[in-house]
Amino acid sequence: MTDQTPVPAASTLETLDLGYAPAPEATDHVRIRDHYGLLIGGKWVDPASGKGFKTVNPATEVVLAEVAEAGEEDVDLAVKAARAAYDKLWSKTSGTQRAKYLFRVARVLQERAREFAVLETIDGGKPIKESRDVDLPLAAAHFFYYAGWADKLDYAFPGRSPRPLGVAAQVIPWNFPLLMAAWKLAPALAAGNTVVLKPAETTPLTALLLGQVLEQAELPPGVVNILTGAGATGAALVAHPDVDKVAFTGSTEVGKAIQRTLAGSGTRLTLELGGKAANIVFDDAPIDQAIEGIVNGIYFNQGHVCCAGSRLLVQESIAEPLIAKLKRRMATLRVGDPLDKNTDVGAINSRQQLDRIEELVASGEAEGAELYQSPCDLPARGFWFRPTVFTGVAQSHRIAQEEIFGPVLSVLTFRTPAEAVEKANNTPYGLSAGVWTDKGSRILDLASRLRAGVVWANTFNRFDPTSPFGGYKESGFGREGGLHGLAPYLDLS
Amino acid sequence: MADEERLEVRKTYKLFIGGKFPRTESGRSYLVTEGKGGKPLANACRASRKDVRDAVVAARAAFPTWAGMTAYNRGQILYRIAEMLEGRREQFADEVSRSEGRSRKAAGAEVGKAIDRWVWYAGWADKLAQVFGSSNPVAGPYFNFSVPEPTGVVGVVAPPDSSLLGLVSRLAPVIAGGNTAVVLAAEQRPLPAITLAEVLATSDLPSGVVNLLTGFTAELIGPLAAHMDVNALDLAGLDLALFRDAELAAAESVKRVVAPVNLPAKAWLDDASGQDPYWIAAFLETKTVWHPIGG
Amino acid sequence: MATTPVRLAEAGDGFLRQIELGPILSRFAVDQVGVTERAAALAKRSIKKTSKVAALRLAVAVMDLTTLEGADTPGKVEALCAKARRPDPADPMVPPVAAACVYPTMVATAKTALAGSGVRVASVATAFPSGQSSLRVRLADVEDAVAAGADEIDMVINRGAFLSGRHREVFDEIVAVKGACGAAHLKVILETGELGTYDNVRRASVLAMAAGADFIKTSTGKVQPAATLPVALVMLEAIRDFHERTGRMVGFKPAGGVRSAKQAIQHLILVNETLGPDWLTPERYRIGASSLLNDCLMQLAKERTGRYQSADYFSKD
Repeated sequence: MTDQTPVPAASTLETLDLGYAPAPEATDHVRIRDHYGLLIGGKWVDPASGKGFKTVNPATEVVLAEVAEAGEEDVDLAVKAARAAYDKLWSKTSGTQRAKYLFRVARVLQERAREFAVLETIDGGKPIKESRDVDLPLAAAHFFYYAGWADKLDYAFPGRSPRPLGVAAQVIPWNFPLLMAAWKLAPALAAGNTVVLKPAETTPLTALLLGQVLEQAELPPGVVNILTGAGATGAALVAHPDVDKVAFTGSTEVGKAIQRTLAGSGTRLTLELGGKAANIVFDDAPIDQAIEGIVNGIYFNQGHVCCAGSRLLVQESIAEPLIAKLKRRMATLRVGDPLDKNTDVGAINSRQQLDRIEELVASGEAEGAELYQSPCDLPARGFWFRPTVFTGVAQSHRIAQEEIFGPVLSVLTFRTPAEAVEKANNTPYGLSAGVWTDKGSRILDLASRLRAGVVWANTFNRFDPTSPFGGYKESGFGREGGLHGLAPYLDLS
Repeated sequence: MADEERLEVRKTYKLFIGGKFPRTESGRSYLVTEGKGGKPLANACRASRKDVRDAVVAARAAFPTWAGMTAYNRGQILYRIAEMLEGRREQFADEVSRSEGRSRKAAGAEVGKAIDRWVWYAGWADKLAQVFGSSNPVAGPYFNFSVPEPTGVVGVVAPPDSSLLGLVSRLAPVIAGGNTAVVLAAEQRPLPAITLAEVLATSDLPSGVVNLLTGFTAELIGPLAAHMDVNALDLAGLDLALFRDAELAAAESVKRVVAPVNLPAKAWLDDASGQDPYWIAAFLETKTVWHPIGG
Repeated sequence: MATTPVRLAEAGDGFLRQIELGPILSRFAVDQVGVTERAAALAKRSIKKTSKVAALRLAVAVMDLTTLEGADTPGKVEALCAKARRPDPADPMVPPVAAACVYPTMVATAKTALAGSGVRVASVATAFPSGQSSLRVRLADVEDAVAAGADEIDMVINRGAFLSGRHREVFDEIVAVKGACGAAHLKVILETGELGTYDNVRRASVLAMAAGADFIKTSTGKVQPAATLPVALVMLEAIRDFHERTGRMVGFKPAGGVRSAKQAIQHLILVNETLGPDWLTPERYRIGASSLLNDCLMQLAKERTGRYQSADYFSKD
């Protein structure tokens, strides 16, 4: 027997378009205090000056908390605390014991991962899917990786018996606030140093929460001290005469200033600075994956990435269809509420950074490059910039030379591998590069000729605690990650 | 007339730039004496900032060739330098003896060690990548490896007291790793350095890999440290008083800087303190390459 | 598109030559890790509330509800068809599925059972699932199914020919089957699980589209892996590029292994973000499945009632 019941009207299917409903990450398990002090010698204290500054959510411009601003006196106290902890305790703590503290930290980070991810997103503006799937897992993995080194240092450097340096001053940026703290702290502590850490002024909250995690892990007082503040705080810290080692991640301009500050002092220094990476696409590339690599290369974390693939070098023979594909892909980028799980591109980290991006983009238009932006709606409040691509860019344009540190891609073309290498290397920077081609021998040839510390072939923006990361030329010196990342924190003489 | 003593043909000591031996463009020279304040030995070129510039240009031009050679080939050339030096031991012993005001025997030992040091570094050239490189077990489907690569053009300030052995001990690690070098010879004892350049020029070392200037360190270190096309500085031989200014200038292009070490001359004779693969590593960059693993 | 199968066939030769010159279409390099990561990233899209309900209803509406068993009987097929035309009597907002998909011998039964419902009858043919019969037999299989009333034919490509490099032969056979289909729509099954690489999936996709496929389809359901997300993404990208180049909108059908509502939604997201909403219609998109339907109904009931559901409350057909 046949069922002759009428079928539902086709009108029930009118909303076939999968406009994604808001999918906000829950925030009720994250508690932000009104006020944060400095972590010095195991105690949360107010700064000597009593001064503070406000940290805001860049997606809403809402003030999140008042954070202490450390001055010279506080810097001195923190360095003294780190020195005391080093002399009395940490330098006498066995590698096995240090390892176990770091394993604990890794585990607590994993346990409290979502809390950290949400806080990172609220304070810095990055999409929750990135803080959740990239920043947090990698931060925990860094502690886990370096924990294992703490009692194996004698096996790390042939012919050497490594010793810690003493007190490390570490100044970190706002683009990966917690992850950069992990990159800095994990090797320093594994090597047996004590630390004074200064997070960036626009993103202090996850570093401060990390301070609480260190307490939860019962890391001895003074082994890690955390000073919040702006440039002046960082300058005072790196200039402190009792610091044995300075590690800085940030702009090339500030990196040079730090190198000048330390000139003649013999203080050990590593710098991880800016970049203007070339992402080189050949005509035989796996094209759809290359498009993803281009998008990931420049729009990941709003382009606030020192190793961002900000210069697309595309072989002229496929430039037109490739750019058409890129624009089509850009139209699917979801820009907006960083806490929404479907957001691909979040908020620009600060008003100041937005101003810089806008200024450089204006220069690109003034110099005659052709602008295309994702056709997306932007929220009314907060700091936003549409994913942007410039075509018709000349090597001499500012947008081809200066680090924009935003979601802005400059497209140039090349004809031969030699020309691609020449253009890619034609910059004072040398942090990273990308190569897309199906031809293995060409990958290896370019990988050896590109003057950059990281070469991603048929991929981009991949990171791992075992993988050394750092620049050539003005992108800095020293490596973070892997066995190589231990060396800057050890006396190998 | 018949008994007339043969008049010695003296050597004109010049600079070594791009494989050639030019005089300083400045036309200046200074008197080099035997030992401290001893009898005059020769006039050495007093190089100028423009000579620094020319030397850096030559070093930069030679870099792709030298860095692009196989490590095996670089090792062979370093070994060839040792061979050439061995053939001229006597000459170097005389010259070092005069330059440093030391006994012929002591100078001979120094020359022997300098030769052995080239041999030691020659052997390192094709082991660096295995000792300082790595395969990295990343948590994903990627093949990931790190290789050491030369930093680029390195400025070297030779140790002041050890005119040949000290120089070789600092220069060999720089070029063993594939860098090219601009060397400021020991100001008071530059003659063995220039004679070493004659050896380098006949050892299959490509022109410009080593460039050597004689003159006043205080005058030359400034332009060398500030040169935007110099990637690193080995200041092991620099007077501590000049260190801060040199590093200040170096910061403008984020140079890698090895600080003054102030080793006593005899320390270079001891293998434990006079040679070190980590001195090679100081002028190596670590390059990390990722590639997906998939079918 | 107004292009008839015959016209396409005539154009085939020149067309192949033409696409060889295309800068994108003629490139078959696919990076396995890259495509896997992209698919995984899209699978993490969070579909909630109204979007979820819309997606679940859409998953039902584009479903080719399938039974392809040696034990199929008219009774089994009739039960399937009843479910197809009215998947959830308790929820008037649940649409009928797009088609019932059966073996050729069951087409007549299905056709009768679905009369007046708007649900189409799809038939696998061409010596499904292996295709290991002569072209004559395979074409007869198609003709039988069409004669019995099939609205759509799901053919398998000749993987043996493809893997031995006889691409021309594969192309010609698809053209021949398209001819035998007459007015019936042709879905071309690549059986991606047997093709070995994503490069081959991409190459076969272009070949099938160029030969006149109305749809390209991942799998028979008899081979694993089948409709994985990366395979679907590679095929969707091929469809997108083919459309860019030719203006023809070829449909896509993942089949095999799509068992849960969550998987179905992930597939829909892939389509949404690769081809856009123009493809989110039964005209251009199908999901070949059997057990998937009840999971979609359970999820819809959960959204409607707020309660997690039990299988006991949904008919097994």
